[in-house]
Amino acid sequence: MNPKFYRSHVLICTGTGCVSSGSNNIKSRLTAKLEESGLQDEVKVVETGCHGFCEKGPIVIVYPEGVFYCQVEADDINEIVEEHLLKGRVVERLLYTELGTEKKIPAYSEIDFYKKQHRIVLANCGRINPESIKEYIAVGGYEACGKALTEMTPEEVIAEVKKSGLRGRGGAGFPTGLKWEFTRQTPGDKKYVICNADEGDPGAFMDRSLLEGDPHRIIEGMIIAAYAIGADEGYIYVRAEYPLAIRRLEIALEQAREYGFLGENIFGSGFNFDLKIKKGAGAFVCGEETALMASIEGKRGMPRPKPPFPSVSGLWGKPTNINNVETFGNVPDIIRNGADAYRAIGTEKSTGTKVFALTGKINNTGLVEVPMGMTLREIIYDIGGGVSNGGKLKAVQIGGPSGGCIPADLLDLPIDYESLQEAGAMMGSGGMVVMDETTCMVDVARFFLQFTQSESCGKCTPCREGTKRMLEILDRICSGEGREGDLELLEELGDHIVSTSLCQLGGSAPNPVLSTLKYFREEYEAHIKDKRCPANVCAGMSAAYVIDPETCIGCTACTRVCPTGAISGERKQPHVINSQLCISCGACAEKCPVGAIAQG
Amino acid sequence: MKSLEELRKLRAELEKELAARNSEGKPKIIIGMGTCGIAAGAREILQAVLQELEKRNLDVITTQTGCIGMCEQEPLLDVELPGKERITYGKVTPKDVERIIVEHVVNGNVVEDLAIARLEEGGI
Repeated sequence: MNPKFYRSHVLICTGTGCVSSGSNNIKSRLTAKLEESGLQDEVKVVETGCHGFCEKGPIVIVYPEGVFYCQVEADDINEIVEEHLLKGRVVERLLYTELGTEKKIPAYSEIDFYKKQHRIVLANCGRINPESIKEYIAVGGYEACGKALTEMTPEEVIAEVKKSGLRGRGGAGFPTGLKWEFTRQTPGDKKYVICNADEGDPGAFMDRSLLEGDPHRIIEGMIIAAYAIGADEGYIYVRAEYPLAIRRLEIALEQAREYGFLGENIFGSGFNFDLKIKKGAGAFVCGEETALMASIEGKRGMPRPKPPFPSVSGLWGKPTNINNVETFGNVPDIIRNGADAYRAIGTEKSTGTKVFALTGKINNTGLVEVPMGMTLREIIYDIGGGVSNGGKLKAVQIGGPSGGCIPADLLDLPIDYESLQEAGAMMGSGGMVVMDETTCMVDVARFFLQFTQSESCGKCTPCREGTKRMLEILDRICSGEGREGDLELLEELGDHIVSTSLCQLGGSAPNPVLSTLKYFREEYEAHIKDKRCPANVCAGMSAAYVIDPETCIGCTACTRVCPTGAISGERKQPHVINSQLCISCGACAEKCPVGAIAQG
Repeated sequence: MKSLEELRKLRAELEKELAARNSEGKPKIIIGMGTCGIAAGAREILQAVLQELEKRNLDVITTQTGCIGMCEQEPLLDVELPGKERITYGKVTPKDVERIIVEHVVNGNVVEDLAIARLEEGGI
């Protein structure tokens, strides 16, 4: 029987971002309206994963024209059905408006946010229904798995992945093929494959989007890895606060078993493999591989010394290969199209692409996948649309709490593992927070350190106590009580913590402080010496407000808004601000009708 | 799943379900859906086209357009084969649809007695 023919497909994004801005409601309204208009047999409604352009969500795409509608509301559905689906007239007002030119762009492929991206891992996100294994197969899914299992030896698979130059996308950048080879070479009749989906960096959501938008890709990558190393059992360790990702994974695992991609004698090759989901409780340290395995074993999630590495003694003491979600996401393409095609993308030492989560003071927030080696400038200005509200770029924080801040003058830095490391940041999971002149770098460093401090598992004293002391110093600096010698002490503590912590949580926790000290030292000094926060962020640090007696008309508007009662004066007489009570909130200056109030 | 061959066969079948999401290099049928077109029965024409495509299992993109000014000739149906000029058929009836699809879309011969206009590739 022929598959049901639909002249048009309407794709609705049901990633977490678009769901929270109402896409489920859009879907039910659309389905109802199509039925009411008698179009239900002509137009197919498809739920997809994340398109990455969450800023403009909910996103609805209408094929065959490929028209991209953004920020769609349930009330827009009637117009889309009546105008577009019935009469073929594009609903102009819902199109994407290009920044700068104010032009309306109908086609997905012409939108500046997508033009410079190179989507391999995210290729299917937003394009297929993640809950349908049929759609995954229709775009070539599981072919790489079939090719590996029936036409290649495990050694050949490993050689191909080694040749591709793929490196761990969890942040450290260890060569994936080499890791597989170590695990293969360790003797043992029982081996494991684990997918690390314990995404915990504030602001990073690529693993979640990938699991929600294309779960079969990860499963396929894991089957290939299992075949290569000789494992028959695997785990996906995903945090419980990703309910949608877990649900879609469960559906995908069920379908993969039904189609015989998981289970016994896969592709008639005699190879057996199955996967389990392990839900993590959300401790940041469990993203560290040895802590993660302890957590699967039912123990407290704490790292242990390495060696032995997991490839020698991992889960339950057996040889174990553990890779990040995005790493597994690259594998099917490498096997299907060959290592050479993969190597052609990116740079010599950092091949392929990387997914970044763009956030902060940027126009187009969202998820982007770019070739390695692209400059920060291209990512922020060409794809991200530049700094929001016309602000001036100050720094970019890369790599989350383990990463560092890159100042605006390094904007032409190519993004690859080595360049980032040299600049004092790290690839990390790929969080990219854009900051403008209104961001205080000391405050930012304090924010990230606060995070790692409270997530420290407490096993190593330098990490447990050292980060606490560093945080106390930063708190002091931010409240205007910084002392001479604080910066040197921060650096000394930071260096010690980095070199004496067991795992990378401690090993990278001081990075945000150390990198801001390196590039924005004068901002720290202004806090300590001048008791001044140049970005006017740190409360109690900025200068008190003063009323110009010549201009003041004594309207008393300021006295009514001052939260600390610092302003006094007779009606129709010039008022005065008590600098001891003023907290520099600026409420009075905003309210003053004659502009008589300014910071002194 | 027992072999790569089996998977590839399954893919070839399933690909058709996603056909509407890729219009590159495919024949296109465009139906005039302005008020004039709808009044003249364009909906019935569209439905006849869809039935015919489904019956013959053809990978053809079906889309619509607004009024192009020839309201007198509605319902209008255009056929655009890849790399060929776009042919407009006028006063199309559901009965004509089968002929247009068989002769023009499948065999590549313009149905001269129904054609009323030609547009160069890349025209309106």
